[in-house]
Amino acid sequence: MIRYPEAQELLIAPGRSEKNYWKDLLRYRELFYILSWRDIKVRYKQTVIGAAWSVIRPVLTTLIFTILFSRVAGLQYHGRAKYPLMVFVGMLPWQFFSNALSDGGNALVGNANLISKVYFPRIIIPASSIITSLVDFAISFVLMIIMMIFYRFVPDIKILLLPLFIVIVILLAFGTSLYIASLNVKYRDFRFIVPFIVQFGLYVTPVGISSELIPQKWRLLYSLNPMVGVIDGFRWCILGDPMYWPGFFASITGILFFLWLGIWYFRKTERSFADNI
Amino acid sequence: MSAPIIQVDDLSKRFIIDHEEEGGYSTFRDVIVNRAKKIFSFPAGKRAAHTGHNQEEFWALKDIGFEIQQGDRVGIVGRNGAGKSTLLKILSRITEPTTGMIRLRGKVASLLEVGTGFHPELTGRENIFLNGAILGMNRVEIKKKFDEIVEFSGIERFLDTPVKRYSSGMHVRLAFAVAAHLEPEILIVDEVLAVGDMEFQKKCLGKMEDISSRDGRTVLFVSHNLQAISTLTNKVILLNAGKKAFDGNTEDGIQKYLEHISSRDLVFTQDPSGKKPLVTKVELKTTDINNVQVFGEPFRIDFEVNAPEGIPSAVFSFQIVNGSQVKVQHVLIKDTETPLCREPGKHRFSCYFPKLRLFPDKYTLIIHLSDHISRAKYETIEGVCPFEVQIRGEVREYYWKTNEAVYVDETEWIINGQA
Repeated sequence: MIRYPEAQELLIAPGRSEKNYWKDLLRYRELFYILSWRDIKVRYKQTVIGAAWSVIRPVLTTLIFTILFSRVAGLQYHGRAKYPLMVFVGMLPWQFFSNALSDGGNALVGNANLISKVYFPRIIIPASSIITSLVDFAISFVLMIIMMIFYRFVPDIKILLLPLFIVIVILLAFGTSLYIASLNVKYRDFRFIVPFIVQFGLYVTPVGISSELIPQKWRLLYSLNPMVGVIDGFRWCILGDPMYWPGFFASITGILFFLWLGIWYFRKTERSFADNI
Repeated sequence: MSAPIIQVDDLSKRFIIDHEEEGGYSTFRDVIVNRAKKIFSFPAGKRAAHTGHNQEEFWALKDIGFEIQQGDRVGIVGRNGAGKSTLLKILSRITEPTTGMIRLRGKVASLLEVGTGFHPELTGRENIFLNGAILGMNRVEIKKKFDEIVEFSGIERFLDTPVKRYSSGMHVRLAFAVAAHLEPEILIVDEVLAVGDMEFQKKCLGKMEDISSRDGRTVLFVSHNLQAISTLTNKVILLNAGKKAFDGNTEDGIQKYLEHISSRDLVFTQDPSGKKPLVTKVELKTTDINNVQVFGEPFRIDFEVNAPEGIPSAVFSFQIVNGSQVKVQHVLIKDTETPLCREPGKHRFSCYFPKLRLFPDKYTLIIHLSDHISRAKYETIEGVCPFEVQIRGEVREYYWKTNEAVYVDETEWIINGQA
């Protein structure tokens, strides 16, 4: 017979899961890797379109936005790059964010069978679904490099700061999808609202246009939309567009707020997921 | 004796049942509508918040306490809804208890379902890694046992085929093979042996027995299969309506469980509560004991209704449901025909079948109590008073096979014009 050390003792009591949580997260990291691997594998295995889709979508959207905003509406852009490249650089974080929001938001409900049958820190599920969106992001990023070569655009040294902005957009996507994922468990009709949020978001975010076009007195207010700061940041370090720093810090505040809101609400409702799902 | 490996004290779990929502989920729309209502009905304020939702508490588990020693193999038995699955879910940390405390002195793996997280698009090989990780094995562990798992499952040839092309038998085999190779100190298993073919079930039972007796592992096992319980376990915990009814050795436990299901279920009883009219007792008067009724013989059902304030125009009915869940009879009595429960207090009435002609099968009752004028539905009780109809003396086996009919009327034959 094997003797097991007493140190392994685990206590289950109301509200107790709080204390084991972050330690468990470390212990279950393997599950996080494997669920991310599953999501990626399934996404690109199922359809040929799977991979092609992550190329077609940003390219078509960029094309349409360029025609619509630059040619038809005649909007101005004074940066160093060509209009389509400017649109694409904005599209990059936006597409990542909207994918993460839709996939991450549905992740808990989509994995209901796991949640009701096995214990693990639930935060792993939305987190691993963001990894899939990150792969799409990487594909689009390669596209962007191809586009830069095509337009003979050479970025300056500021591009080295790009990882910082990528981390920022990941945090934003993580926070918001945690919030939406938990709301989805609680209110089953919430998933009908998510596509609307994403679509609405596109209109109030400078994806097809440069935020330079926003009148100066409104810019700070406009930057309360956290994606404004992210997109401006991407364009600043990749294309060398001017940066409106007060707005950027407003966006950062917004991002921190959403991150806090997401984690707080998720943790608050998490213990009842298995009962409600 | 050393400290118990599992120690449970005063464990309770409460669920709030929301009577307003049908699906059990609240919708975002409802919340917005309710909030808006609350704002506009400000003077009513507090009251509106309470009457808007008709909530009821339900204790799935109440003050459960027990200890399990290392190496014990414990069967958890009880009727459906006794709280077995809830107990397992709390022990596996899937849901939190409402009160009480559990100490677990060892690594727990729980198997509440076969093949949790299997993804149909992934291959058998990939699903072994996925399922293994979900059950708490790490990659090194899975790699080490991979060949053993594959061999146990017997599906080597289909290892690189997506699981969606597997037959259900192969699916179960693979899932079980993974689960059987878990090496936790405490293994929690829910009614998973109900699936899969007999031979494979035996193999799994053997493997589980092996694990626990060889390495001194502790196994908690929920099953309705008493044979599995008696071969696999040395201790039994019997749950009844969320409470512990027995805790001790397997032999006595199974005996208790059998007594429990046979004596309690034959007669339906329920305590009166508040002012609400309730059916408090339903008892069958059958030809034989244990609710066995002989075909074609008299049969009677006695009812007792408690109506603390009387029911002005009661409607009482019952349905008889056969083993295939088909409702074969609906018998109704209305206050307009005879006064039923107009006076406050207890009322008794019986329904008499001079010759019960239900086809041999197993039956249960559904009982409805409502009011004709106010259209209030007081109660619907399903699945009570199980009884069995048997045929005696008629040796026509091809004729009396189950599912041949639901009812046989009294008939007369006229042959060549002569009765």
